[in-house]
Amino acid sequence: MSVPALELTGLKKSFGKAEIIRGIDLSIGKAERHAIIGPNGAGKSTLFNLITARFAPTAGTVKLHGEDLAGLEPYQINRKGLSRSFQITNIFPAMTVFENVRCALLWAQGYKYSFWNLVNRSSALTEGADEILDQINLLGRRNLPAGTLSYAEQRALEIGITIAGGANVIMLDEPTAGMSNTETDYIMDLIMRVTEGKTLIMVEHDMGVVFGLADRISVLVYGEILATGKPEDVRADRKVQEAYLGAALEAEH
Amino acid sequence: MSNFDPNTDMPRGARPEEQITTDPSKPSERMQFRLMLFNLAPWIIASLVLLLLPAVFTNNSTITLMNQMMITIVFALAYNMLLGQGGMLSFGHAVYAGVGGFACMHIMNTSDFFSSIPLVILPFFGGLFGMGLAMIVGSFSTRSAGTVFAMISLGVGELIAASSVIIVAFFGGEGGVSGNRTDALPFFGNEFLQQINVYYLIAVWTIISAALMFLWSRTPVGRMANAVRDNPERAEFLGYSARWVRFYSFVASGFFAGVSGGLFAINYEILTEENLNTASSGVILLVTFLGGVGFFFGPIIGAVVFTLVQTVLSLQTELWAFYAGSLFLATVMFFPGGLAGLIMMHVPAFKLGKSKLLIIPYLKTLVPAAIGILAVCALVEMTFHYRHAATGDHEMTLFWTTFDSHTVLPWLVAAAIAAVGLGIARATAPSLKEAWNEANTRGAAS
Ligand SMILES: Nc1ncnc2c1ncn2[C@@H]1O[C@H](COP(=O)(O)OP(=O)(O)OP(=O)(O)O)[C@@H](O)[C@H]1O
Ligand SMILES: [Mg+2]
Repeated sequence: MSVPALELTGLKKSFGKAEIIRGIDLSIGKAERHAIIGPNGAGKSTLFNLITARFAPTAGTVKLHGEDLAGLEPYQINRKGLSRSFQITNIFPAMTVFENVRCALLWAQGYKYSFWNLVNRSSALTEGADEILDQINLLGRRNLPAGTLSYAEQRALEIGITIAGGANVIMLDEPTAGMSNTETDYIMDLIMRVTEGKTLIMVEHDMGVVFGLADRISVLVYGEILATGKPEDVRADRKVQEAYLGAALEAEH
Repeated sequence: MSNFDPNTDMPRGARPEEQITTDPSKPSERMQFRLMLFNLAPWIIASLVLLLLPAVFTNNSTITLMNQMMITIVFALAYNMLLGQGGMLSFGHAVYAGVGGFACMHIMNTSDFFSSIPLVILPFFGGLFGMGLAMIVGSFSTRSAGTVFAMISLGVGELIAASSVIIVAFFGGEGGVSGNRTDALPFFGNEFLQQINVYYLIAVWTIISAALMFLWSRTPVGRMANAVRDNPERAEFLGYSARWVRFYSFVASGFFAGVSGGLFAINYEILTEENLNTASSGVILLVTFLGGVGFFFGPIIGAVVFTLVQTVLSLQTELWAFYAGSLFLATVMFFPGGLAGLIMMHVPAFKLGKSKLLIIPYLKTLVPAAIGILAVCALVEMTFHYRHAATGDHEMTLFWTTFDSHTVLPWLVAAAIAAVGLGIARATAPSLKEAWNEANTRGAAS
């Protein structure tokens, strides 16, 4: 077996006395589509924040392609090919849609902190950004300030920014949160298209959304992984049914 | 993980409308040429104006005023690289200009070296020293934006201003450091004896500095400065360290501040503690904000207006700082976009071709308002005269009228004019607002 794209061992996180992530071991293979589901407050976003160094873990390790990420800053992890989106839309609202995507391309195209290149002189940047906009269906909004887009469009833009740099591990935190069914279908379709051939890790509330799309699903409850496996196996798991699906079903009634 | 090599362009001509050719008969090429001309137009016009101004204003005091203006323009633009483009509020930016200026004074006084370089390159050394200091301070101050950055900038500003009386060898103590610019290597036979020669030196440096600062805003690090200003966290998850982006902006700003200090050194041939104290730092903040931080040309307007207010008004009244302060306050409160924002507000109406609708309503409101405000100023001046004039000196002259400030009539007249002027302005304001809305709505006039 080759080195997993992402490997978590004994990962823990406490905020003060509250232990939110309570020992997570998880291995996600290359080009796998992995969904993390779980009830509100289970620690899904916290897990994402630990992996991307937004928070420092209390214990445990995170390895990206076999490399330990301990002590790295978010921007260093991003440069290693891991990119993420946020549960609460996190874009540059004052800048144009085009500019948002172009900023996401700069490091990936090797510009670093250059002050001797002009961004509008680079056709690779302009065409690259337009290509992404085309993929996320926002070419028509190209020159509007990102803050003026509709909610669903902003979510699409956030996904565009996340994938623009060409990262091979993509982490999306509830990309369909707060969307109507049609919008959810549209965004899920978009995600499947733009993450073709990449490792995708996606947080979802709703198992139904990811059921047909994920290779494997992990169920996170109270900071622990209850079960990991193929969607049908997870769905059939007794513990999962008791702890999560039952509760979710009840909540729906 | 750079999937693209920045040096290899994508196949050209993939998109026909963006095709780059060298054939001027092709429409796309002509379009691009026109676009380029359109982008260059403001720069060409500004350069021509700067070159021709001395032909119109020939007397020395006006040229001195314009020199002062251009130095402030360079400094304010440098300051806005931080404030407007990087979102960093500095309370001590005068030290970078000041240290650059002092360094230039010392170079002027090192006769062996100075006599071997032309004067025109001296501001570059000012830039280097400003940049050097910015690198040192920036290494710890740019870790965060916001309050911490502002406080460090204030602390460092105070510290360096205070050391001006301690490190006398560099800052020259209370007397400052003076020198003689004409000791430099003659530049094509020019020794910069005349103000007008200095004017052209400063003008060329102003144009070059402004162009470079503008281009900076179009580079990857300049674009990311905007991104970090708006959302530092998101920028970090796109591969950029917010801290290093801030650092580079800070260093570049320090360089151009230092250039402005060098220009100051050449123009005045003396630098004192005043060049780096907190008051000067406050002034540049005021100038930049007054002009508008949201647009590249904002600080230019701010520098021109402020220098005019400062020099012209200070000749007329001792209270000029009071009026400058009021102007600043009004800007902050009513036009947070500054004067540049005020100008740009009118672009939509122009684009709709409805700007003419505004002329009459503007006249109806602004003329009475201006008269009212002048009358209020008259009351302020009279109060000042009443309290501070030498005892027995009751006579004062205001708006070409001489009167006795200790009689009631002038007060009544001024108060009445103020009330009537402001009253009319207030009464006509709603119709101005209506006209404004109309001018900014698409469609035929109703
Ligand atoms: N910075 C923090 N400080 C203290 N507690 C926190 C912090 N971040 C998260 N928590 C707590 O950790 C728990 C898990 O939060 P998290 O956001 O990871 O849940 P989640 O699974 O993403 O939930 P949701 O489905 O609502 O997004 C919550 O109880 C939350 O209050
Ligand atoms: Mg969450």
